[in-house]
Amino acid sequence: MIRGKVARWQSGNTYRITLPLCLLASALTACSRAANDTSTLRFWAFGREGEVVQELVRDFVRDHPGARIRVQQMPWSAAHEKLLTAIVGRATPDIAQMGNTWIPEMVTLGVLAPVGSRLPDSSYFPGIVATNVVDDTLFGVPWYVDTRVLFYRKDLLARAGYAGMPETWDAWREAMLAIKRTMDPGGYPIFLPINEWPPMAILGLQQGSPLVTEEGFGAFRQPAYTRAFDFLLSLYRDGLAAPVSNTEIANLYQEFARGSFAMYITGPWNLGEFRRRLPPGLRDAWATAPLPGPEGAGSGVSLAGGSSLVVFRASRHQELALQLIEYLSRPEQQAKFYRLTGDLPARREAWADSALAGDREAEAFRIQLERAVPTPMIPEWEEVTTKVMDHTEAAVRGGKSPSVALAELDADVDRLLERRRFLRARRAAGTP
Amino acid sequence: MTRREGGAEARAGWGFITPAMLLIGVFFAIPVVSAFVLSFTDFDIYSIGDVGSTRFVGLKNYADLFQMPLFWKALRNTLYFVVLGGPLSAAASLAAALLVHSKLTRFKPFFRSAFFAPWVTTLVAVALVWRYIYHPQYGLLNAGLGLVGIGPIDWLGDPRWAMPSIILLSVWKNFGYNMLVFLAGLSSIPEELYEAAALDGAGAWHRFRHITLPMLGPTFVFVGVVTMIASFQIFSEPYVMTQGGPLKSTTTLVLLMYEQGFRWWRLGLSAAIAVVLFLLTLGGTLLQLRLQRSTTR
Repeated sequence: MIRGKVARWQSGNTYRITLPLCLLASALTACSRAANDTSTLRFWAFGREGEVVQELVRDFVRDHPGARIRVQQMPWSAAHEKLLTAIVGRATPDIAQMGNTWIPEMVTLGVLAPVGSRLPDSSYFPGIVATNVVDDTLFGVPWYVDTRVLFYRKDLLARAGYAGMPETWDAWREAMLAIKRTMDPGGYPIFLPINEWPPMAILGLQQGSPLVTEEGFGAFRQPAYTRAFDFLLSLYRDGLAAPVSNTEIANLYQEFARGSFAMYITGPWNLGEFRRRLPPGLRDAWATAPLPGPEGAGSGVSLAGGSSLVVFRASRHQELALQLIEYLSRPEQQAKFYRLTGDLPARREAWADSALAGDREAEAFRIQLERAVPTPMIPEWEEVTTKVMDHTEAAVRGGKSPSVALAELDADVDRLLERRRFLRARRAAGTP
Repeated sequence: MTRREGGAEARAGWGFITPAMLLIGVFFAIPVVSAFVLSFTDFDIYSIGDVGSTRFVGLKNYADLFQMPLFWKALRNTLYFVVLGGPLSAAASLAAALLVHSKLTRFKPFFRSAFFAPWVTTLVAVALVWRYIYHPQYGLLNAGLGLVGIGPIDWLGDPRWAMPSIILLSVWKNFGYNMLVFLAGLSSIPEELYEAAALDGAGAWHRFRHITLPMLGPTFVFVGVVTMIASFQIFSEPYVMTQGGPLKSTTTLVLLMYEQGFRWWRLGLSAAIAVVLFLLTLGGTLLQLRLQRSTTR
């Protein structure tokens, strides 16, 4: 096991001797010039993707004599910090995997190079592409995609008299009430942890809320979000969802198997987890469905998540980096990537062409991805999500009235975005 | 003539201290001063892209900080750690030192090394082991408590137990260093004092109370101050064990500073936390020195 890891590391790292020397003599330019002659692409990738990318780029290197790719794999938990440190220290790589919610921030910092018209337009999901566009310029090419759908127990829904998942909020709510009536006391139709922000944002997006306004204010007191918030709170109030965080249940999969809850809004990584962890007897008892919407299926939007591939402005091998992105975006590479990681491919062709085509549970994701929309594209978004959770918890568990909770949420978000508004005003005034 | 020699001596003196002063200046004075200045600016992620967009905001960071519920929670958590963890750690060190120093103890070098071992091991490796110890279902600690009929406790998952768990780990990890300090203090107490006391009929407790403790006075001052400063800076234990959770119950001031600084990149606010922490630590140290001076007199 350990030997295998070492061997892989060694075979992957063609620079294992010269790298320390380069670091040692970093003041001298000789080393970096030597590296330039052979066109070494420095590629940062994160988590599981970082482990498999080595294997994906092997053929690319064979087709490009003189090109070398040095993949640096790092855990997701350290990725963001490492990127910002690299930016401050002017040591960015040539190409990197980038969670698409980080792109606005990287563009603000001015470190990404536009990827031009390299995108084969129509084969990508439009909502996902939108997360890569800032001021009409494309800064990333979607690599794999991610959204949230409903995972649900077909058998529990059937027991309550439903053949399939309803498509409107009203019918969805009716179904949950019906399931609740068939459940033991202590059972809840839907698992909606108060420390997971995606459902809170999704319901707002479904009502057409921008969440954060163009001018840089919270939009949580506007009618669109208020409607979503009322719906969300009613689920807790009527006993359809337990007001708990996801750390308060021992084992999600056991509870789902036991029937403690019948629905859960979650992402593609759970396809594999549900298949692996649920008892074999339940193999056909669960399914996935696109999210219901307030006005029916079309309004049932969800988050446009995933990772893109980006090129850094400081890179001296931008052309080669773009070629590598094109290579990794080929449908057959995308299909191979799916087989290695379980990450959903960004291109529609890869869905027709792989194990995905006949996958019933993945089908809900394909439909949902056509209705995926970006969250507000501002660097502060992640911090805004923590405020959304804090104030939702205050309304659900702390007994705050909805209007007070939303007013406080807006006040918090306005405070967070003060700096953004200042810069916006300054830019509008024309001072550099 | 003599004046010139004096000048040469002074020059030589300056020559000797210049390297040290330069190092202190570059690696201590400049960072400290810039952190202080930073705490009055709104330096954040936008400043990294364009330093020119940074503004001086006066005391706004401090005002924001004092309005932030999480700051007060972090302060409470830190004080909890300082007040409970510090004395516990010092007591454990003293107890270990007394055991190792005792004339009845055999294999002294072995025990001294064994007790000192946790201090030199890396926390990250140790944390892995302790996570197993604290595991609610398979952990050693709950298994042991189960034998005497105490129900399973979710050590790191329960907001009430998380901080005590961190304190226990930290005490175990750090008592070795202070044990060595106490050992040094103990070995400097003249044996005659004990002999004279024994002749006068003093028992073991009285010898400890009236000879050992007073003679260790200066050692206590050192241990107390150093332990308190270290406790105020508690960071790695919660960072690797709980990341500040559950429900922020192990978020300490330094962890909050780290989060604000390197997760949200509000370096201005983060620097303000650093200044507040510095003042707290300074105040605590002065208070402790004064208290101990008045008790030793």
